[in-house]
Amino acid sequence: MSSDFFVPDPEGLIPSAEGYFGAYGGKFIPEALVAAVDEVAVEYDKAKADPAFAAELNELMVNYTGRPSALTEVPRFAEHAGGARIFLKREDLNHTGSHKINNVLGQALLTKRMGKTRVIAETGAGQHGVATATACALFGLDCTIYMGEIDTRRQALNVARMRMLGAEVVAVKSGSRTLKDAINEAFRDWVANVDRTHYLFGTVAGPHPFPAMVRDFHRVIGVEARRQLLERTGRLPDAAVACVGGGSNAIGLFHAFIPDSDVRLVGCEPAGHGVETGEHAATLTAGEPGILHGSRSYVLQDDEGQITEPYSISAGLDYPGIGPEHSYLKDVGRGEYRAVTDEAAMGALRLLSRTEGIIPAIESAHALAGALDLGEELGPDGLILVNLSGRGDKDMDTAARYFGLYDTDAAVEADAGSDRAEIEGDAK
Amino acid sequence: MSGNIELLNTTLAAAKAADRAALIAYLPAGFPTVDGGIEAVKAVVAGGADIVEVGLPHSDPVLDGPVIQTADDIALRGGVRIADVMRTVREAYEATGVPILVMTYWNPIDRYGVERFTAELAEAGGAGCILPDLPVQESALWREHAEKHGLATVFVVAPSSQDARLATITAAGSGFVYAASLMGVTGTRASVGAQAQNLVERTRATTDTPVCVGLGVSDAAQAAEVAGFADGVIVGSAFVKAMLDAPDEAAGLAAVRSLAGELAEGVRKR
Repeated sequence: MSSDFFVPDPEGLIPSAEGYFGAYGGKFIPEALVAAVDEVAVEYDKAKADPAFAAELNELMVNYTGRPSALTEVPRFAEHAGGARIFLKREDLNHTGSHKINNVLGQALLTKRMGKTRVIAETGAGQHGVATATACALFGLDCTIYMGEIDTRRQALNVARMRMLGAEVVAVKSGSRTLKDAINEAFRDWVANVDRTHYLFGTVAGPHPFPAMVRDFHRVIGVEARRQLLERTGRLPDAAVACVGGGSNAIGLFHAFIPDSDVRLVGCEPAGHGVETGEHAATLTAGEPGILHGSRSYVLQDDEGQITEPYSISAGLDYPGIGPEHSYLKDVGRGEYRAVTDEAAMGALRLLSRTEGIIPAIESAHALAGALDLGEELGPDGLILVNLSGRGDKDMDTAARYFGLYDTDAAVEADAGSDRAEIEGDAK
Repeated sequence: MSGNIELLNTTLAAAKAADRAALIAYLPAGFPTVDGGIEAVKAVVAGGADIVEVGLPHSDPVLDGPVIQTADDIALRGGVRIADVMRTVREAYEATGVPILVMTYWNPIDRYGVERFTAELAEAGGAGCILPDLPVQESALWREHAEKHGLATVFVVAPSSQDARLATITAAGSGFVYAASLMGVTGTRASVGAQAQNLVERTRATTDTPVCVGLGVSDAAQAAEVAGFADGVIVGSAFVKAMLDAPDEAAGLAAVRSLAGELAEGVRKR
């Protein structure tokens, strides 16, 4: 059992040698990074072929992360979804509280193999940053995390966690001060410090080989869920549903189901205040192909190629790009992508909390909202698999404000932004 | 109408014949305004710049440091469009007669359309483009259109570039080779690293195309040092900083003209 957690794409058909999924992907990077990105590709190919790498990663996934993650049926929640059966893949139960640790442990081992001593990473919601800081503590690597200034405020708990783990957290003040700008700043750092630094990219975007490599490290999600669901129900789901920001948890869930042509693959993008308002981050719904952060994919941009500022209540989905493999799945019709508003996501967050005792991350709540709609469409015979990509502890301040859960004095205290309260909260 | 790649080639050849390095200045279009940006190009040429790179500002300038990021922000908030960049190239070329290149990221051109962009740039009198996030292996479409319209394709090489890759890049490029003096983003530096000279030597071993050095050069002494081993000296952030630090536009124009004058002396002291 423990030998099959690292399950790189067995087909090996996509991407192409140049890193293309159909028309999307590639390697649009400055010359200064070409040697480093090529080194990552070569080392990853070597690692994939080395049983010792898989053995070490599998051991960590079992004994550190806690894989396999549970599959939980949520019947009281499903009563609100037209009576369809809904199962949650519980990536929120992984160590550090989200799926992000799967990719981070793989790339951290790769960092050691490359002989690099320093890791940088971007983070939106802070989940990738926390996972990266965790792996750096575990392996004794220097760690710097770039995070948009707006996100450092709305995900203050995760900033405290990263600092507790020994990472330096840099609040990025340029541009929209969210995930996109954190990635820009991480690239600037990487260009200047590439000799000893690995950029531990957190999603299935970026230049080749990152989209394929990060996907491979997350494939375990769908491989496990497919097996677990077959054992529990004797059949495959009608739909596999995940939230989509950059797209890492979604591709991790989807990939094992791609050959199962009867399983719908449904990605839920953040519609923010509504796609029609312009205040959203629904890249596949409203974007056009372009180049952002090293690859060609759908991008939110204006008619002259300037990237437009995205918006979502969810810091982890607040991104104007998308992994190239999702763009490919959309164009060939294998993936369905729909937009979910802040309001629908927050409603689903509260509903899951109160019907099942599981508080999801706001990111994952977008997938839950999508599942509620799909359940209505599928009816009582429907079987839906949802990736619960992360837990909601980090979002309690946002949720408490959204639903008015603070009493007045506590709201004042929270406004004062006491780090001490956040650290105490984390220790519980 | 064909672009001015030949003017670029003869300008670099003339500097070489005069046993000096060429001075190449970078200024973003639309900064501080479109008209102000055009005046700034005229001012650096009046001060002694041989060639000018006009920046097409981008929302996500991942290879630029804080100085050029700030200027790009100002230009974009001012509403600069590609038509304004073309006007900057046209008016600057008509007023000065020096080769004008455009430097930008790949997405604006990809979105605008490669054929439309190259045709308009050539028609405006442009001499070529520098596209630092378009690596040689992704550049075939761009080069086809640039060549058709008489525009140079200037590739960037870096200290990390292996010799075999340098040969691939220089075989595909034209005009000159932009050698990044160090590993990092744009910005002024206290010193230009020793790795710049090594990179120029390794690049020259692969091509007869002139090799010009950029990143970090900000004053006459550094310009003279780089002129000692390179065919051209590229200065960007120092000009932009001079504009940003000036109390008003007139003072900014005087400052960049004066800085260009000092740098022009520097490139003649090899």
